[in-house]
Amino acid sequence: MKETDKNGLSQQARAGNNQSRRDFLVSGGRVAAGLGVAALLGDLGNWALSYAADKEPIKIGVLHSLSGTMAISEVSLRDVVLMAVEEINAKGGVLGRKIQPVVVDPASNWDLFAEKAKQLLLVDKVAVVFGCWTSVSRKSVLPVFEKNNGLLFYPVQYEGEECSHNVFYTGAAVNQQAVPAVEYLMSKEGGGFKKFYLLGTDYVYPRTTNKILRAMLLAKKVPAANIAEEYTPFHHQDYQTIVGKIKKFSAGGGAAVISTINGDSNVPFYKEFANQGLRAEDAPIMAFSVAEDELRGMDTTALVGHLAAWNYYQSVDTPQNKQFVANFKAYCKKNNLPDGDKRVTDDPIEAAYFGVHVWKQAVEKAGKTDVDSVRKAVYGQKFLAPGGEIKMDEANHHTNKPVLIGEILKDGQFKTVWRSKGLVKPEPWSEYTNPDKGCDWISHQGTYQKKA
Amino acid sequence: MKKMWGIVALAVLCGSVAGVRAEEPALTDPSAAPVMMEEALKDLASEDAAVQEAAVQTLITRGDAALVPKLEAMRAEGDRSLRMAIKPVLDLLKNKAKLTSRKQEERRSAAADLAATGNPMALVWLEAAFPTEQDRWVRYQIEESIGLIKLADADPAVKAAAATKLGELHSQNAVPALKELAASAGSAQAFSTGSGQALSTDSAAQTPEQALVAKAAREAIERIETWSSWTSAIETLFRGISLSSVLLLMALGLAIIFGLMGVINMAHGEFMMLGAYATFLTQEGFKAWLPPGLFDYYFLLAMPCSFLAAGLFGLLLEASLIRFLYGRPLETLLATWGVSLILIQGARVVFGDLTSVVAPSWLSGGMQLMVGVQLPYNRMFIIALAAVCVLGIYLLLFRTGVGLRVRAVMQNRNMSACLAIPTRKVDAYTFAFGSGLAGLAGCALTLIGNVEPGLGQNYIVDSFMVVVTGGVGKLAGTIVASLGIGGLNKLLEPSFGAVYGKVFILVLVILFLQWRPSGLFTIKGRHVDS
Repeated sequence: MKETDKNGLSQQARAGNNQSRRDFLVSGGRVAAGLGVAALLGDLGNWALSYAADKEPIKIGVLHSLSGTMAISEVSLRDVVLMAVEEINAKGGVLGRKIQPVVVDPASNWDLFAEKAKQLLLVDKVAVVFGCWTSVSRKSVLPVFEKNNGLLFYPVQYEGEECSHNVFYTGAAVNQQAVPAVEYLMSKEGGGFKKFYLLGTDYVYPRTTNKILRAMLLAKKVPAANIAEEYTPFHHQDYQTIVGKIKKFSAGGGAAVISTINGDSNVPFYKEFANQGLRAEDAPIMAFSVAEDELRGMDTTALVGHLAAWNYYQSVDTPQNKQFVANFKAYCKKNNLPDGDKRVTDDPIEAAYFGVHVWKQAVEKAGKTDVDSVRKAVYGQKFLAPGGEIKMDEANHHTNKPVLIGEILKDGQFKTVWRSKGLVKPEPWSEYTNPDKGCDWISHQGTYQKKA
Repeated sequence: MKKMWGIVALAVLCGSVAGVRAEEPALTDPSAAPVMMEEALKDLASEDAAVQEAAVQTLITRGDAALVPKLEAMRAEGDRSLRMAIKPVLDLLKNKAKLTSRKQEERRSAAADLAATGNPMALVWLEAAFPTEQDRWVRYQIEESIGLIKLADADPAVKAAAATKLGELHSQNAVPALKELAASAGSAQAFSTGSGQALSTDSAAQTPEQALVAKAAREAIERIETWSSWTSAIETLFRGISLSSVLLLMALGLAIIFGLMGVINMAHGEFMMLGAYATFLTQEGFKAWLPPGLFDYYFLLAMPCSFLAAGLFGLLLEASLIRFLYGRPLETLLATWGVSLILIQGARVVFGDLTSVVAPSWLSGGMQLMVGVQLPYNRMFIIALAAVCVLGIYLLLFRTGVGLRVRAVMQNRNMSACLAIPTRKVDAYTFAFGSGLAGLAGCALTLIGNVEPGLGQNYIVDSFMVVVTGGVGKLAGTIVASLGIGGLNKLLEPSFGAVYGKVFILVLVILFLQWRPSGLFTIKGRHVDS
């Protein structure tokens, strides 16, 4: 074995291949082992390859921005994925093999996302990829995964209207976050709000979400005059006029603000809101993009009492969550990551974490790592996630999760004020904007037309 | 028992100071009250809706803030029906206690919340609190809340009086309810823009009393809307000035560095970021080493700190980089852009993303100017700061020897050198001064925005836009341009929205520069570089 290894290595080196030394060893071993058989019998050769590589680590890709504007959010997801990998490896790995993460940095640049995804699938030949945050980065890698039959676990809440065979969505669809949040506000318990100010940053997620919410509000007989919709550019800092409008809009009570404002515009918005004399009691702001990780870097005085909707909070009181939070802090401290044990967990972090475990369970169920078998094994997979048990959908590639409405506290944590009964079934196509469409990969080919 | 009810009733009738005093001993009566409260608390969990309702009534009329913790505990454990029953009790009791709070804001928000409950018992408390209240705006809020509750009264006369009163108060909060009243009394066509449910009410049956109510409501609405158009004019004006002052503060440093010295400093935004981080460090220093009582004053020290930090860095940058590149604008542009990237990444590495600057309490909230107009303190402070900076720069440049030398160097470097002005030194100090102003702007920006490495990037384009539109080399131009752009932006935003408002401004600036390529104010005469 040693001898052939060397031969394989030197042959490849002479051929001028520019792979790394490690890859030489791995592929050298495979080439040597599978040589001959592979040349004659294609399928048998493949089998021989996998047999030879049996005790070698399984490679997985981690595709999160580690630099640029999205780094602030995405670095935490890389950290938690690596932590999950470490946990799994400590318990002996998957199918007796260790997991070997391949971390790449697409640098918040969506063209680079596609390039790096291609590299992971074709060069590194990873079994699965965990990655992406923004919808635009997901849209950018989607063709790459579909063309090469890769597998992506996407951990962030998004606008829906997508049903890919090659993606598992572990974040919330619109009906698992925005829709229940507004229904809560309309309910007696939530305050019986009658007027809604939909405010967002000008890009695809807020626009699509608000389109669905508007259709839903109209369907629930909220008059169009009681719905306002407004967008601001990215990095907008001057919210004087908008807060003034909200003040007029909310006069007389019964009004709530639904905020899909993104990133650094949140602080100026909440500050202006408080300084112009508006209170959470007059018009609560229900936010879909503000979680614990974002609150770390904010002065929370102006945010206390406002609301957010997610599927998980760090404050969720379950034994496995306590363990998870402690583990994450310890992991960050141990690896000298910035802010060490002051780090917090939040919804996307939890979703990224259980994504890795769901994949692991599916691989164990399938007994192999190829995409088609794993995909089938993921359907209906259950996992006791930090926030409670979740279930991968049987057919539509999304996740059945609980919905939680939380109130922002002074320390940047959330107090759960409402919790859905059981798990909410994901609907990638909203019943309000696309009632005729469905997503099903078992009895249909993905997106299909429902019969009337 | 009857006696106590009598006392409560007396308090209701009088609504006077004496009444409030009489009420207190009755409520804190050590012997009877706790037993009764205990019973009521137990009854709350009853399945019988009537018993529950009675318990709620007892708790509302007789309870006080001491019950709040118990109720909270019950609410946390209870089922949905119990929670729903407890919520109004909790809201009322909490607000009742807050009505006598020492803090002006708490009293005010309690009065506002009581109006939202619409509970007649709240009316009693509000009327009792009114005579002793000193603060003008709390008084206003109490009057408004009383009016709002009375507006829902069954008696048309009370309704009409309340409507008139609310009109006098210019209460924007009353408009939806008033519109409903006016519409329900048969004049739907006049206010058909109101909410949908108003239209559906039967308008055929109209008694003289109802007509009276409707008339009062209509008059009140008219009054309120006239007032509101005035207040929105004032608010727009203030917002325009406020945005202008932010723009001006950001552009002043650039006006000196780019305008007077001709250096295209792409790192200008990062000098602001340095100022913002200097503010953050000052705050952290106050937190760590000084007693909490002094915390509110950290901002006063943060201003000179951020000025000095950015100024010193500017001095360093000038000495190590800029001075080799004078007169080579393209190279300066690239070099300073590189510096800005280094600074951004440096800040990300050093500070991470755990940086939040807490505005001192004397700069949060706002001043109520008149009904419907609240001017935030932080914005007023920035306007004042911008004014002070302009005045300071004017005095420095036009009333001191140093300023004379600066202006001489900028106008004709060689001639100044011949006249024994140390041009090297003047360059360095001018650059440092401009950087320091950017740092100060960064310090001020922490009041309205957040502190993060990319902070400067959000503002750099606006700063250049102001300076170029104003005319390079003229401070007066920068001032006028910032007022023009800020004012116009706020004028356009209500009708165009934030996205198109901004687009519109950029188009206008482009058109303007087509017409006057050198900006609003141009330097006449011979310029040494041109």
